[in-house]
Amino acid sequence: MEVWLQNVTFGALVGGLYGLAAVGLALVFGVLRMLNVAHGELIMLGGYATFWLFTLWGLDPYASLLVAGPLLFAVGVALYEGLFGRLVRLHEESKIQLSILIGFGLALVLHALAILAWTADDRAVTAAYAGRVLHLGPLVVPLTRLGGLAVAFAALAGLHLFLQRTDAGRAIRATAEDWEAAFLMGVPVRRVYRMAFALGSALAGVAGSLVAVSDAISPAIGLSWTLKALIVVVLAGLGSIFGTFVAGVLLGVAESAAAFALGGVFREVVGLVLFVAVLTLRPQGLFGRGL
Amino acid sequence: MKAALVAAAGAVAVVVPWVAGEAVVNWGLLVLLQVVVAQSWNLLAGYGGQVNLGHAAFFGIGALVTRGLWMQGLPVAAALPVGCAAAAAAGLLVGVPSLRLRGPYFAIGTLAMAEILRIVVATALPEVSALPAEIIARYHLLPRYYLVLLLAVVATGTVWLVGRSRFGMGLVAVREDEGVAEAVGVDSYRHKLLAFLLSASLVGAAGGAFGYYHLSFYPQFAFSPVWTFDAVLMVFLGGIGTVWGPAVGAAFFVLLREALALRLTELHVLVFGTVFVVVVLALPGGLVDFARVLRFRWVRGARPG
Repeated sequence: MEVWLQNVTFGALVGGLYGLAAVGLALVFGVLRMLNVAHGELIMLGGYATFWLFTLWGLDPYASLLVAGPLLFAVGVALYEGLFGRLVRLHEESKIQLSILIGFGLALVLHALAILAWTADDRAVTAAYAGRVLHLGPLVVPLTRLGGLAVAFAALAGLHLFLQRTDAGRAIRATAEDWEAAFLMGVPVRRVYRMAFALGSALAGVAGSLVAVSDAISPAIGLSWTLKALIVVVLAGLGSIFGTFVAGVLLGVAESAAAFALGGVFREVVGLVLFVAVLTLRPQGLFGRGL
Repeated sequence: MKAALVAAAGAVAVVVPWVAGEAVVNWGLLVLLQVVVAQSWNLLAGYGGQVNLGHAAFFGIGALVTRGLWMQGLPVAAALPVGCAAAAAAGLLVGVPSLRLRGPYFAIGTLAMAEILRIVVATALPEVSALPAEIIARYHLLPRYYLVLLLAVVATGTVWLVGRSRFGMGLVAVREDEGVAEAVGVDSYRHKLLAFLLSASLVGAAGGAFGYYHLSFYPQFAFSPVWTFDAVLMVFLGGIGTVWGPAVGAAFFVLLREALALRLTELHVLVFGTVFVVVVLALPGGLVDFARVLRFRWVRGARPG
């Protein structure tokens, strides 16, 4: 029983990070109607930002969030201006299709560039507190995982407040709901698109920083993080940040339960099976208002 | 002009193995193998508009089944059709539920299913599959080359036939607008499913030939998403929804990859990724169309309408 509890706790801690990884993808998908399958590669870039800041200047990984986020925000603006922004005029269906293809090409390019620049080795940030754990009764909680969950939650809460309480957030929500109506009401739709894409990238950057502290990073992690984010987005459906977070935690718990009960390889399989099941049975997601 | 080009390429493909060295025959085999992979993907994506990101799964099944039976002593002429049929059966299993999904959901759904299969295979068959010494002793490259050449001809011929058939027209109608296609009496689901099955069996045959050709590989390698990604790159580079585009894309892709791999392994991915993005954004017709545009400019001094 205690082992189970430990596994579930661990899964929930990892799952918060999944939620954070997915929310950027969901934001871009919901607002721009584009599926950026290079999202995992943006997470990878955020991870390397934190890794190098720590390795070269000893910057604390949680402090480096404040660099990785804005850095990836800038990368997002550049990617939007250079690539994805060229698709906004297209008809809905071909827009999604082409955004997948461009994201796919971009993922290959970023992956190859990362290998050329930083080699294919696994890297991790080993801060002084990396191995420390917190004892909560019978449970053992690694500090970095707890920190990751806290940051993920804070980032999502911040995003929620931004979208609900600010004018820019309102413009983003209005555009997601009906861009034509928003446009007629004077919302600068293209600027909103750029903002949403950059925000989504920044969230990927923050997620990447957390991955670098609590997991390992390598140029190859992109595809599996994209898949995780897609799984969470499909589980949650669009339109609910809180739902995305909960779906992430659910995925984390399901993964660690499956890994514990059935064996380590089922960690990856369970998420994909859930994904296919939800996709075919309830395509609007568990908490969504429809995709 | 085109007929002459095709005839010349065919003649070269048939004659070259008799005069060229083993390295060249190997390159030729890899090009032709990728022609089959690309054409089978092109059939579903180019004509039916369905982006299948789980293509590698059927390649892997074909490779695994064919190789398994052949190493048990079955002649390859019997093993390959079985591998092909196994891939088609898997295509039915995957296609029936996933083809109800639209657009991006079909793409990511197939990707997820292929990843599940890859992980299962990697777990169930972790050992490298190597040919035993007595098979290697009587291993000949030429029959393998001609088998793959035959498959490349069959795959390209299938795409050509589909493009000219009533079925192909229905498929294109589905690609252009599913609702309108349904309205004029095209059963879109059936058209997509048949194209999916054709595509899965063709790439299963390619996998079978790969299993017959390769001396040793990890079973999961045949299921690697790289096979899918290569297909996407080759088809878009050459020209999606055309008969010759994927063949041109495959030749371009494999030869440039081999040339670049001599310097840096990752370089070709960088080059192809960049070229791919440019093609998607600026040159939706691929290389084949680019050649047409150039020719038009040269002859008429203007762009084609």
